[in-house]
Amino acid sequence: MTGYLLRRLVETALSILIVAFALYALVDLMPGDPVDLMLQADPRLTSADVARLKALHGLDRPLLERFVAWLAAALSGELGYSRLYSLPVVEVLWPRLLATLALVGTSLILAVLLALPLGIWAALRPGSLADRAINLLAFVAFSVPSFWLALLAIVLFAVLLGWLPAGGEPSEPGLLAFARHAALPVATLTLLGLGPVLRFVRAGLLEALREPCIRTARAKGAGTARIVLLHALPQAMPTLVTILALQVGGLLSGALVVETVFAWLGMGRLIYEAIMGNDYNLALVAVLVGTAAVLLANLLADLLHARLDPRVRLG
Amino acid sequence: MSASVEPTPVSPAAGARRRRGRAPASAVFLLGLALAVAFGPPLCRWFGLDGESIDLLRRLEPPGTGAPLGTDELGRDLLVRLLEGGRVSLAVGLLGALLAAAIGTALGLLAGFARGAIDALIMRATDIVLALPLLPLLVVLAAVDPGKLGVPAELVASAAFDVTRIVLLVALFGWPTTARLVRAGTLSLEAAEFVRAARALGASPLRIALRHVLPGLAGPITVATTLAIGQVVLGESVLSFLGLGIRPPTPSWGNMLTHAQELLWHAPLLALWPGLAILLTVTACNLLGDALAEAADPRARRP
Repeated sequence: MTGYLLRRLVETALSILIVAFALYALVDLMPGDPVDLMLQADPRLTSADVARLKALHGLDRPLLERFVAWLAAALSGELGYSRLYSLPVVEVLWPRLLATLALVGTSLILAVLLALPLGIWAALRPGSLADRAINLLAFVAFSVPSFWLALLAIVLFAVLLGWLPAGGEPSEPGLLAFARHAALPVATLTLLGLGPVLRFVRAGLLEALREPCIRTARAKGAGTARIVLLHALPQAMPTLVTILALQVGGLLSGALVVETVFAWLGMGRLIYEAIMGNDYNLALVAVLVGTAAVLLANLLADLLHARLDPRVRLG
Repeated sequence: MSASVEPTPVSPAAGARRRRGRAPASAVFLLGLALAVAFGPPLCRWFGLDGESIDLLRRLEPPGTGAPLGTDELGRDLLVRLLEGGRVSLAVGLLGALLAAAIGTALGLLAGFARGAIDALIMRATDIVLALPLLPLLVVLAAVDPGKLGVPAELVASAAFDVTRIVLLVALFGWPTTARLVRAGTLSLEAAEFVRAARALGASPLRIALRHVLPGLAGPITVATTLAIGQVVLGESVLSFLGLGIRPPTPSWGNMLTHAQELLWHAPLLALWPGLAILLTVTACNLLGDALAEAADPRARRP
């Protein structure tokens, strides 16, 4: 176990390092650099000033050398400033991270809470009308473009019915106002995350129900609820954890779109704004934090999977 | 509860028949769509519908009067835009899926044949790429200045460049599924007698991979490519919606929705058609891919 844990930790750290370097190199290839942007703001700068400024900030040094310097500073907690917000990146990032965590976390929990009963229902009656309807729901959730789903939600609930706000921040304090503003983004993201989870719950349960131990339990007189909850579902659990972790990456992608459409002040929208507004330092840190969070969630799921499933032996 | 605990389908044969019906229906739909986007725009022009010139006196007209689906915010015919956008979106979907499948096949074959450290490295890479948050990374990649990579400016401005760039971007993340399937197929085919016979006859590994193993993997590769078309169409639409994919005036189903949000209050129907086109296309690809997977591997048939 310790060996496995160590290997996976090193692997994850290495992946994050590779992504960090790739992002750093990509940001370097984006239009303009900090000094060019300064030049736009102040036409009195001469080309000698530009060269001096670039040398001062080390922009004339090779990419790898700059990356190592950036990494050393980042590891000591010095993540630099945001150009758009004129604030330290950490201060901009932290509230946004919490907002996205709330959005993605709630959606993931709701998706599981919906997928479990629906998946169980479908798996108990394969081929029935209910099963087909549930399958169709999963298929649509797989195939629908995220931004269009968000737009449809606005058309239906904000434009036509006028029940809920089309996005933004609540103007008055209080839990109810917050819930009204969170309803559409959370519902959209939940539906986006539902497809794969629902399909897996149904398939995993169907497979588990075919095991001989289920027949044994049945023969011993166990009822349907007991068999599903105590015998079949626990068999599907370890894989479900892995599937859920894989969803985190997808949900962060979904959050970028949902937050942008609904003006939810989270990480996804921040990443998009930073890229569009040439705030490269902010974009770099935000994307890196998001990627690291997703990879760590997967690492956690792998460890949990190993703990939950006694058949998995770790070498 | 009236349902039996053991999964006995209402009628397995009926279920199989129903699913067999879906594959041709999806295929016919996709074929019809391809024909419509290929021949639709010239046909529409012949009927006098205009999808290109801006006419501010005919903004946001309702369906009917000389425009079957109405006009968009710049007075262009929505049906023509939809068909022309379909050309771009479907072309990107097909090209992106084919490129992703080619990369995945090459890596899968390499992993299956090389075994050992190379195999482990490629498989870990597929795991990591599958877990990554795709969209934030695509947004970063799409924001790269092509000028800094030495692409001439007049090329950057062309629509062909947009298509090429987005195809390369989606292929960069689309290969893992194919790679996994091809590797698994390679491992099982490598043990087959005809492959061992070819090896005994002195065939080189490259020849065995390309002439003996690859043809046997046509099934899984087709399945993965079909499913990938839907995913690429989705990816293109999101990036174009965000303004980082296909740039106007070239229409794509994604960028037709870029301004839909500001117009939702005046013309809610405007947002309907492009999204519906994406949804139906992706669903058809997914259904077809599922049916093909079932046909290629009857043992995996689900009740």
